[in-house]
Amino acid sequence: MTRSSDDPIIRFLHSATLAKMLYYLKVTREAEHRIERVLYRQGKIVGGVYVGRGQEAIAVGATIQLRDGDVSFPSHRDFAAWVIRGFTLKEIFLNWLARGNGPSRGRENTGHFGDVKRGLIPIISPLGDTCPLACGTSLVQKQRGKGEVTLVHFGEGTTSRGDVHEAMNMAAVWKLPLIFICNNNAYAYSTPTHQQYAVENLSVRGPAYGMPGVTIDGNDVLAVYESVREAIERARAGKGPSFIECKTFRMTGHSAHDAAEYVPKELFEAAAKNDPVTRFEKLMLARKVISARSLREMEKQIAREIQDAGAFAESSPMPRGSEAAEGVYCEEPCYWDNRVIG
Amino acid sequence: MPVLTHLEAIRQGIWEEMERDPSVFLIGEDIGVYGGAFKVTQGMLEKFGADRVIDTPISESAIVGAAVGAALMGMRPVVEMQFMDFIACGFDQIVNMAAKIHYRWGPAVPIVIRGPSGAGVHGGPYHSQSNEMWFVHTPGLKVVVPATAYDAKGLIKASIRDNNPVIFYEHKFLYRRIKDEIPADDYVVPIGKARVARSGTDISVITYGAMVWTALEAAEELEKEGVSLEVIDLRSLLPYDEEAVLESVRKCSKVILLHEDTRIGGFAGELAAVIAEKAFEDLDGPIVRVTSPDTPVPFSPPLEEYFLPNAKKVAEAARRLAAY
Repeated sequence: MTRSSDDPIIRFLHSATLAKMLYYLKVTREAEHRIERVLYRQGKIVGGVYVGRGQEAIAVGATIQLRDGDVSFPSHRDFAAWVIRGFTLKEIFLNWLARGNGPSRGRENTGHFGDVKRGLIPIISPLGDTCPLACGTSLVQKQRGKGEVTLVHFGEGTTSRGDVHEAMNMAAVWKLPLIFICNNNAYAYSTPTHQQYAVENLSVRGPAYGMPGVTIDGNDVLAVYESVREAIERARAGKGPSFIECKTFRMTGHSAHDAAEYVPKELFEAAAKNDPVTRFEKLMLARKVISARSLREMEKQIAREIQDAGAFAESSPMPRGSEAAEGVYCEEPCYWDNRVIG
Repeated sequence: MPVLTHLEAIRQGIWEEMERDPSVFLIGEDIGVYGGAFKVTQGMLEKFGADRVIDTPISESAIVGAAVGAALMGMRPVVEMQFMDFIACGFDQIVNMAAKIHYRWGPAVPIVIRGPSGAGVHGGPYHSQSNEMWFVHTPGLKVVVPATAYDAKGLIKASIRDNNPVIFYEHKFLYRRIKDEIPADDYVVPIGKARVARSGTDISVITYGAMVWTALEAAEELEKEGVSLEVIDLRSLLPYDEEAVLESVRKCSKVILLHEDTRIGGFAGELAAVIAEKAFEDLDGPIVRVTSPDTPVPFSPPLEEYFLPNAKKVAEAARRLAAY
């Protein structure tokens, strides 16, 4: 499933788009490195830490195609979705560091924050719950008739939940402009796929509900781009939902505390050779879409952005304890009206 | 003024809100062509069309979740649960998703989940439950339990206009048995405000839903014996009108807490705690609970009759308390 540098897709896309894709891949990798392997280990991030190391290509290839009015429901391993939808690294680090001036004002951890205006609705920890919500957003989009679409991401572990089944059925019955994107990273926490489901490819479930289903190389950002593009086109044209299974590999533990000793070492070694970030970087260099010098510039810029955002977040205030009692209900005066982010 | 049944009053309330606000729409099982299992939404598909009266597959979790998603997009969905017993299938979406979104990251979630609850019609364990306390224990939700037709209309309208998720319990025993004169004006009944259903002096009976009528029946009985019961109809449990409860307790000095829900973890327990904390000095007798026993709701008529509180049981409790 490796892509040659002669592949026509790379000619089809504008070089600025390709460079952006590389930026989003690399900023994800570096920011999550800072979160998982620096700030968490320094004890500066408390609670759970879940990252998408090894599966960055999926959020990048999919989310980059969205327009205003479209809605993204990323999974907890789709960091790039926030960046692409316009969240700053400052906002993201403020949330991870539980600060009072962060987007959830310290109420939520990890990536459990969003913004309806920017078209990003976050997960909750019972994964799969966003699939029914995506039916609701895409139902409204369909009724508006402007060709808007919704993307919903979830892991292969989540496909065992009833909410995913109810939502896939509902979306097909109502022909909703909704794309189900399964990030199949081979492990649901510690449970390998053969203990999760009995089919070879989850994409067979698409046709079972009455929608197209494909299985693709989720570590190939261009393959993700292409299959999501087809599904979005179909959805914008009123032809209904699609299911895309992106095969990838979780190159880390379930969370930062998990050494993932249950994963055979050979699998991690094989994954390192199939790293989606380095794969695309090599392709871009080989095709001369980007020069080695521009790449170094990009890396320096990313390091600076992460440094600045992290330092800003670390120097920001924690919330007042008594704020915990505020804003349970949406009532006047609204707790969120005076929110200051950053 | 036209006289409407409890059910017709709810229908009219929803109808008026649908006419008033194009963002209001209905979603649920068999609510369109069929008009709902109890016909609450009868005629709405013809009037408002299939985009606003949406029949769904049998998928309570996806129905509630889709309503939340639509609410985030600026709509005001009204979900019908065919029976409130089936709300358990959508529980996670209600308590983990809908209830917490505003607190977690800010948006309003203006959804109403309504449907028939309660026993007395031989529905058996899955068409009879009073499961309101599942949601009263979930901060972020509102829980509404009307007793009269007038309140049912005013409260469904208030619930639809509310910016928070509201669980709206309609007692199926009241649907066609209880009627009211309904004024023509566009009134709402605010959520969180109790009502004195009957003024009295000796014992305060604090209750809600269908049991308001049971309490009133017992009050008639006791009046003949010279015991004056005051009946407080809470109208909503989350939020509830603590002030009205305490005021009535201070006035009567004796209190019976009555509900159709089972005993342990029922709303009476919460009320008893608040009364003990804040009106202890005003009490002239023990706080008395009249509730269903801690069992599922049984089917066979003698079993169901044993299970349910009724006017006789309330009257007996009131006689004992009056003599204390």
